[in-house]
Amino acid sequence: MKKSFSEVLKDNTMIIVLVLVYLFFTWRTGGSMFQPMNFNALITQNAYVFILACGMLMCMLTGGNIDLSCGSFVCFLGAIGALLMALKGLNSWVAIILMLLVGIVYGCVLGYLVAYMNIPPWIATLAGYLAFRGIGTDILSNSSSTGSISVAAVPGFLNVFSGKLFSTKLGTLNMVCMGVGIVAAVIVVLLNIVSRATKLKKGYETDSMLAVFCKSVLEAAVIMLFTYKLAMAGGIPTVLVWVVAVVLFYSFITEKTTIGRHFYVVGGNREAARLSGVNTRRIMFLAYLNMAIVTVITTYVVLARFQAANSTAGTNYEMDAISACVVGGVSAYGGAGSVFGMVVGATLIGVINLGMSLMNIDANYQKVVKGVVLLGAVAFDILSKKNAK
Amino acid sequence: MAKILLEMKNITKTFPGVKALDNVNLKVEEGEIHALVGENGAGKSTLMNVLSGIYPYGTYEGDIIYNGETCKFSTIKDSESRGIVIIHQELALVPEMTIGENMYLGNERGSKAKIDWVTTYSEADKYLKMVGLTESSKVLVKEIGTGKQQLVEIAKALAKNAKLLILDEPTSSLNEEDSRALLDLMLGFKKQGMTMIIITHKLNEVSYVADKITVVRDGSTIETIDNAGHDIDEDRIIKGMVGREITNRFPKREGVKIGDVNLEVSGWTVRHPLYPERTVVNNVSINVRKGEVVGIYGLMGAGRTELAMSIFGQSYGILTGGTLKLNGQEVRLKKSPTDAIKHKIAYVTEDRKGNGLILSQSIKVNTSLANLDSISNKTVIDKDREYQVAEEYRVKLKTKTPSVEQLVGNLSGGNQQKVLLAKWMFAEPEVLILDEPTRGIDVGAKYEIYCIINDLAAEGKSVIMISSELPEVLAMSDRIYIMNASRIVGEMKASEATQENIMAAILKSGRGD
Repeated sequence: MKKSFSEVLKDNTMIIVLVLVYLFFTWRTGGSMFQPMNFNALITQNAYVFILACGMLMCMLTGGNIDLSCGSFVCFLGAIGALLMALKGLNSWVAIILMLLVGIVYGCVLGYLVAYMNIPPWIATLAGYLAFRGIGTDILSNSSSTGSISVAAVPGFLNVFSGKLFSTKLGTLNMVCMGVGIVAAVIVVLLNIVSRATKLKKGYETDSMLAVFCKSVLEAAVIMLFTYKLAMAGGIPTVLVWVVAVVLFYSFITEKTTIGRHFYVVGGNREAARLSGVNTRRIMFLAYLNMAIVTVITTYVVLARFQAANSTAGTNYEMDAISACVVGGVSAYGGAGSVFGMVVGATLIGVINLGMSLMNIDANYQKVVKGVVLLGAVAFDILSKKNAK
Repeated sequence: MAKILLEMKNITKTFPGVKALDNVNLKVEEGEIHALVGENGAGKSTLMNVLSGIYPYGTYEGDIIYNGETCKFSTIKDSESRGIVIIHQELALVPEMTIGENMYLGNERGSKAKIDWVTTYSEADKYLKMVGLTESSKVLVKEIGTGKQQLVEIAKALAKNAKLLILDEPTSSLNEEDSRALLDLMLGFKKQGMTMIIITHKLNEVSYVADKITVVRDGSTIETIDNAGHDIDEDRIIKGMVGREITNRFPKREGVKIGDVNLEVSGWTVRHPLYPERTVVNNVSINVRKGEVVGIYGLMGAGRTELAMSIFGQSYGILTGGTLKLNGQEVRLKKSPTDAIKHKIAYVTEDRKGNGLILSQSIKVNTSLANLDSISNKTVIDKDREYQVAEEYRVKLKTKTPSVEQLVGNLSGGNQQKVLLAKWMFAEPEVLILDEPTRGIDVGAKYEIYCIINDLAAEGKSVIMISSELPEVLAMSDRIYIMNASRIVGEMKASEATQENIMAAILKSGRGD
């Protein structure tokens, strides 16, 4: 069963769309989109989406369930973190751990409500959406006259979640960054070759030598281009390390583990999963506990990037995470979707955001475009599935 | 001689691959109660769906002559406008709405833009009186019992100006008292000149109300028996219902070696999860030996599925009494299917699409699901092993598919059933409870499923097979339990069992209540 060219195209539609959109904005912005600075911006501006959407993906897999509270929780937890570190002078690491504990407590409560009390997730999290924004704003206005707490004077915290690794001056090639790029490209190519060899050895169907070669060359080229641009922009953003770690972790969980499989089957048919011995309540509990932990990591990253906690932090983050999943092909009914697809979806939205900002398009129209893209992606997905049948 | 109100002439209805109705003829006189009897799947409901326009004109052959005119109904509305109203077995009421709202659902009183509530409720009250209900039509449906809900359905039909009322198993969910009241109501309507067709499994009801009885078997009308004196012998009807020849539809079982008792439940009593006052399984005691196939026969709604799911880690209902022994040892299973699987019990559901398979996933994923840990290194799934396992079962069960990566939703019913069986065989159970294992699959696939069941028994597994197909139960089982109205009402060796004495056991228990 060799795949035809049109099938390969169909499987990678979103990636092709992403490339076309990127080229379009590069053209419309007179090449500015292709500048090293903007590669860097694409990562630092969207890091929160990649991380948060990993948690949202796990929730959505269980049956299209979402978490509306995560954006407000980022605001609330950011306020607590900033209060502890900047005003109470707590050690960064202690604060980091305390914030994580707060997140775990919230996750357990939310998981209990959803999994064991059968409260519909969107209602349980709607409560958090309202409440955490209120508490967060209250903490901030009580502890500071400006309604915002700066953490600019807490270098320990900032160094862990923001800045650059082995930073160099703009415009000079960062050798560490290039080195990492070369290593990553070699690993990817080796993995492709090893995977094909083992498949052949076991007698499974596999892609042709040419296809694997083309795939490897393309992937290596993209990685090298990417790291080259980052190297020219001063080096690897620290936050990229976090994003890559989180994304790889969830790719592993969803693709390789029994627990990941259980998320898919619970979303595919909850009753069948239960009767096959899957502890469906536990899966629902874990989905929301996990979501809270991912939200904590998001808070670290966001607090470090803005170097301050304020009452508008995290606004609409839940919607950004949901959009990334949906555009990336995660089923709104649950049971289907991949971390890789979500990453492509998040990148696509990020590219559109950045491109429109560079083109100085009015912020209101930007929202319109984002809405249309979201709807278009889902409609396209449903139509293509219909045609396939 | 009264006038013929309805005549269905030479009706033939074909579904892809199956002839559901073959040259059926039915004559109903004005003002009579006509009973339609036959086994599950004989074609009674299909015939009524043809009559009411659910299968529109053109999708079947033959003529419907109603009131002297040939009718060509294309929707239910068409037949209802002529006064043919069908009341389905499943109650079609919205629990959160009032009785009045339900009665005029889709048929609202008033103008197009605005519902006239005064007319709605006053007319509804009028019809409620006719069926003997004293409730106000403003009461919510969920607040009245099932028996009364059935009467609301009838009132709803009357409100549509019914001249020919079709009742599909109207008493299947009613207790004895409510059933009798309903039958008496029907006799009352008859006096007022209403014509009725009743479909039912309860033959004592047939002989009580029906003037004529038409027997349907394998999609054909066998005979119409006159019952003007209401004194017909029930055995006479049974003979008509089951009198078919059985040819080579079942594989022979060879080298049957029956060992010790493997699973035994006694005094098993289960209550309904939502209405705990209702007992769904009542003091049931059964056992199954190693290498034995035990059949549980009963009509739909007898409590068989509830019994099976309750044994399977209390995955249904509230267990209020009973003990479970595995290999002679009493075991208290936790309230979870996981625990049942750990104790080597498998339940293969009757509803493979609803709670058996994950249609959006591949054959591979479905096959490994109930025993994923055995092909995983701690938590990491060994995908190679998974593929091999799925392949192994694909070959073993002769599942027809291009690859085990195929989505289960794309398979035919028979092949889906094989994937479901594969999943549970891979879970390596000692006791398999198969609930209607051949429902909705074609004859060829049925034969293959029977072979699998025989192989399982030959391996020394204990198989409990729940079925409402008598020939299947008779041919496949070593021993048969008969279940009716939440109880086991009979147990017999397959060698002693016949269709007649099984039916007789059910009827006797019905009379005894």
